[in-house]
Amino acid sequence: MSQNDLHYVRTEMALPQPAPLRERGPVAWIRKNLFANPFDSVLTIIGMIIVIMILPPLVDWALVQAQWTGTDRTFCSTVAQGGIQPEGWSGACWAFVNAKFGQFMFGRYPIEERWRVILVAIMFVALLVPLLIPRVPRKGLNAFLFLVVFPIVAAFLLIGGFFGLPHVETPLWGGLLVTLTLSYVGIVVSLPLGILLALGRRSKMPVVKMLSVIFIETVRGVPLITVLFMASVMLPLFLPAGVSFDKFLRALIGVSLFASAYMAEVVRGGLQAIPKGQYEGADSLGLSYWQKTGLIILPQALKLVIPGIVNTFIGLFKDTSLVYIISMFDLLGVVRQNFSDPAWASPQTPASGLVFAALVFWMFCFGMSRYSIYMEHRLDTGHKR
Amino acid sequence: MAIENAVSADDIKVDGAKMHISDTDVAIDIVGMHKWYGEFNVLKDINLKVMRGERIVICGPSGSGKSTMIRCINRLEEHQKGKIIVDGKELTNDLKKIDEVRREVGMVFQHFNLFPHLTILENCTLAPIWVRKTPKKQAEEQAMHFLRRVKIPEQANKYPGQLSGGQQQRVAIARSLCMNPRIMLFDEPTSALDPEMIKEVLETMVGLAEEGMTMLCVTHEMGFARKVANRVIFMDQGQIVEENTPAEFFDHPRHERTKLFLSQILH
Repeated sequence: MSQNDLHYVRTEMALPQPAPLRERGPVAWIRKNLFANPFDSVLTIIGMIIVIMILPPLVDWALVQAQWTGTDRTFCSTVAQGGIQPEGWSGACWAFVNAKFGQFMFGRYPIEERWRVILVAIMFVALLVPLLIPRVPRKGLNAFLFLVVFPIVAAFLLIGGFFGLPHVETPLWGGLLVTLTLSYVGIVVSLPLGILLALGRRSKMPVVKMLSVIFIETVRGVPLITVLFMASVMLPLFLPAGVSFDKFLRALIGVSLFASAYMAEVVRGGLQAIPKGQYEGADSLGLSYWQKTGLIILPQALKLVIPGIVNTFIGLFKDTSLVYIISMFDLLGVVRQNFSDPAWASPQTPASGLVFAALVFWMFCFGMSRYSIYMEHRLDTGHKR
Repeated sequence: MAIENAVSADDIKVDGAKMHISDTDVAIDIVGMHKWYGEFNVLKDINLKVMRGERIVICGPSGSGKSTMIRCINRLEEHQKGKIIVDGKELTNDLKKIDEVRREVGMVFQHFNLFPHLTILENCTLAPIWVRKTPKKQAEEQAMHFLRRVKIPEQANKYPGQLSGGQQQRVAIARSLCMNPRIMLFDEPTSALDPEMIKEVLETMVGLAEEGMTMLCVTHEMGFARKVANRVIFMDQGQIVEENTPAEFFDHPRHERTKLFLSQILH
């Protein structure tokens, strides 16, 4: 009979207990993450072998054998190649990067005018850093200075031609200066323009919608190289004789428009992910279209697509190298241009130059990536809907 | 204030002839309203007059068009035929009129629709600040007043995602009240809540009803309907099938469909 007694009353509530020791500490971490099962263990061991095979030769080439100083190609060539290094030597030629560093940064910008570029760079950093740190107050003023005042001041400083500043024409610009200018303008223009295009594409007004769709699909349907090439070669054909505008400006416009088409699609993805209830909640309170969009929809939509937005930024940053097609030289372009300098031509030069360029690109892209992850965490209020 | 004075002046005028109802006493007037989703006639010949201070509960099987009907009242859904006049303003394609109506009509949704990127306080002050142009400080004081009324002032600086369903729904009610609406619409406010949280939301709504708010409420909480409603409306297949006082409606339903519905839900 007793087995039919379903009666049970808990007399004392169970207290929480500490997790078992096996679940904590570094040993537990290694067990869990590296050697959880045989397959994991094999993968871990293979991974370790690969690291051991690649890392020491790389360190050897880049740091141990590397030639840090020198005045010409002989420092980076073996005796048989007409240099001073012993037979069989293989190391990075940082002397080349060292000697050409100014060119890599500024291109053919006149040496005595380079302080202008440096001044612009200092302003850029001084305005960007506080903008990126959430704790620093006065974001509105800061953003205004960075997005409106800075480009105007920078343009005057870099181009010159007034107040006794000699004019520096844009074909002389090059290197990191060109990379950063193109990226800055591309990013600053493409985000707002992309948002407008995305809103346009979802608009109920047929003309606005059609124009947005045509723009996005046309620009997205052609390679960036084509856009740049057309801007450089075809555009002058359509302009009246005698009218021309700067090649670099054309590249800036081309890159910005190209990036905004991609941005529009990224933002549209975010807009579509916002539940209908958010629109209705805003509508029911009597918010106007722009209030609803600016205060409710966009803050949530943009937060959702931060990875996509930064992805587009990074893509844009690296695509700037394509301006070589219209004979402008960004960082990579200048590095490649210098391979053919007879004073520095050696078997190690191209690899060293490219590794340097790659490192610079990587630093910027990784920075953007880390910052975007930081922002995602910061803006996460912990729930959907 | 000016409008309210006008109303009371009218009341005095019509006081002698009670049968004659002044237009200013009508909160919502729906006349011969139809709505279609494509070819499908979701709402058919809806006629409904709601007086100021009246509390109406709308029930019916799912898909009967009850939500769609109250969503037409603040134009979240568009009607294609007939007239809807809210607070003396007819709803047409005139966006300005629509915004005017929405300012006076609060709405509480089944899924709360709070803004997850804003704190509770910001949720409550957003519309007063941007739509009514209330100074921020005043809007915050008012928001705290209504948050105290729904009994969650201590949550003001949290985000919606940190609150329980019942708390979120009470915030949603407070958010609507911050616009000082003359009419409140409730679209199944307790349907998405755990049983333990339904009561706290219903109590808030009862409190509102006692203060004389004009309320239209789509709900299946029959206890609530009996307690506060002046009228219960039963809808089926896009039409109003039966309309009566709660006592009559529950105890002596007349239409066959109503009887069947009540026998299904009151077990």
